[in-house]
Amino acid sequence: MTTTAEEHGPKAYGYEDLSALMGLMTGDEKHGPAATSTLDALWVLYDRVLRVSPAAVDDPGRDRFLLSKGHGPMAYYAVLAAKGFVPVAWLPGFGSYDSPLGHHPDRVLVPGVEIASGSLGHGLPIAVGTALGLRVQGRTDPAVWVLVGDAELDEGSNHEAIAFAAPAGLERLHTVLIDNASASHGTSGGSAARFEAAGWSTRLVDGRDHAALYAAFTAPHPGRPLAVIARVEPKDG
Amino acid sequence: MDTMRDRFAPTMSRILDEDPRVVVVLAEIGRDGFTEAARAHPDRVINVGIREQLLVGAGAGLALAGLRPVVHTFASFLVERPFEQVKLDFGHQGLGGVLVSAAASFDWPAGGFTHMSPGDVALMDTLDGWTVHVPGHPDEAETLLGHAVAAGDEKVYVRLSVQQNTSGRDVDGARFLPVRTGGRGVVIAVGPMLDQVLAATDGLDTTVLYATTIRPFDAQAVRRATESAGTDVVVVEPCLAGTSTAAVNDALADLPHRVLGLGVGRRELRRYGGIEEHLAAHGLTAGPLRERITGFLGPAARV
Repeated sequence: MTTTAEEHGPKAYGYEDLSALMGLMTGDEKHGPAATSTLDALWVLYDRVLRVSPAAVDDPGRDRFLLSKGHGPMAYYAVLAAKGFVPVAWLPGFGSYDSPLGHHPDRVLVPGVEIASGSLGHGLPIAVGTALGLRVQGRTDPAVWVLVGDAELDEGSNHEAIAFAAPAGLERLHTVLIDNASASHGTSGGSAARFEAAGWSTRLVDGRDHAALYAAFTAPHPGRPLAVIARVEPKDG
Repeated sequence: MDTMRDRFAPTMSRILDEDPRVVVVLAEIGRDGFTEAARAHPDRVINVGIREQLLVGAGAGLALAGLRPVVHTFASFLVERPFEQVKLDFGHQGLGGVLVSAAASFDWPAGGFTHMSPGDVALMDTLDGWTVHVPGHPDEAETLLGHAVAAGDEKVYVRLSVQQNTSGRDVDGARFLPVRTGGRGVVIAVGPMLDQVLAATDGLDTTVLYATTIRPFDAQAVRRATESAGTDVVVVEPCLAGTSTAAVNDALADLPHRVLGLGVGRRELRRYGGIEEHLAAHGLTAGPLRERITGFLGPAARV
């Protein structure tokens, strides 16, 4: 699915354009699995799932997407540029002194970026607070999404949030875990088991399969938060 | 007399009734005081369990949703344990909130060093933009909690203690109060240290300023006091000795001056016991304070 020109200004970008957009930041035309581990999940979310738009970045009723795994944000910036949140002209400056686009994203500098990240293990606790806050305001509609990496789950702060979320009934909270087997001390399927044990609804999918990602992202999970474990090629495989 | 901590839950419960933007976030500690408030406002009194990284992170997430979080636990577990969350989830994210600690320095000496955090304010000093209130009396705590919550989306740290002065003063959430005027030396008493400082300086020709909001530091009040009392300044703090020495130096940067910073010693005592014993061990009772203050100011301070 591609977006229409009416929605996003003069040029509409599709999934097939993302590699070139990333190339504006990296100087390479091709990108390895590590640089693109989040790309497909991000694209499906922004293209088909999240109710967000460049014109409504401050709309209190918008869905929230929190990128917790802030390392390697080129795929994220490419998707934000493709969807019109940031100008494509910003991309070549990636990481330079005058650029709002750093090697870790900053919500204060980049439109559409909900949190600053880089230090691992901060996104899930903040997402829990945001979900609680929306509930306080009676906003039961907006979804809160947070993207984490499998190695990021090493950080104990995540487990404080995972353990709390289901008993607290945060059914509008969603975690996308990109599993590229990068944790030094992990077990196969261990991530899903952790969420399940804490009372989350879980889905395990191929992180490159857009139809499967979409189905998992939109699966009903009444009364529970949802964790989608998206498996991609092993980082060191 | 009740304590500042006794006053915390009733004050916050009233504020919860009045201001729909306020949310109290707890990590088990202090939850019993909020039983009724939680019944009245089930979504706005949140206990995350014994999870202090989540406590601070979720507090920031509430601010991200547009609310005014008031986050509370012991100072050791509010400022020290999740310090990176304080630094990043509030500071770096550009979000505001109120952190309210209890038991910072040695409110529970029998609990030992795990429950002591004399360096809390010094740690907060490494961060930008935090207002720091150190009330010295339950009435002042109530006033300053009100100021903290009402401070828009500012970042505010409120340090509650069971150490307190016999009477409260008319604090305004910003300025130091002149309590005594003299001609030889300025002594700044921070929060609960005022009674000890007044006893220690009884009969001395010194100016005494009372400071309950120490960040931002009321440099103007210090400069004004030095005009008649000279530029020898002593700060007596209930937190780590020297915490505010740099702030006094900055206030008087263009004047020749001397500063003595008195407070809780850095060395771990490894003693239990009571508050009075710990005050004495750190030289923060009237007698030793008087000795150190007059030793610093010189014989001229003695009238």
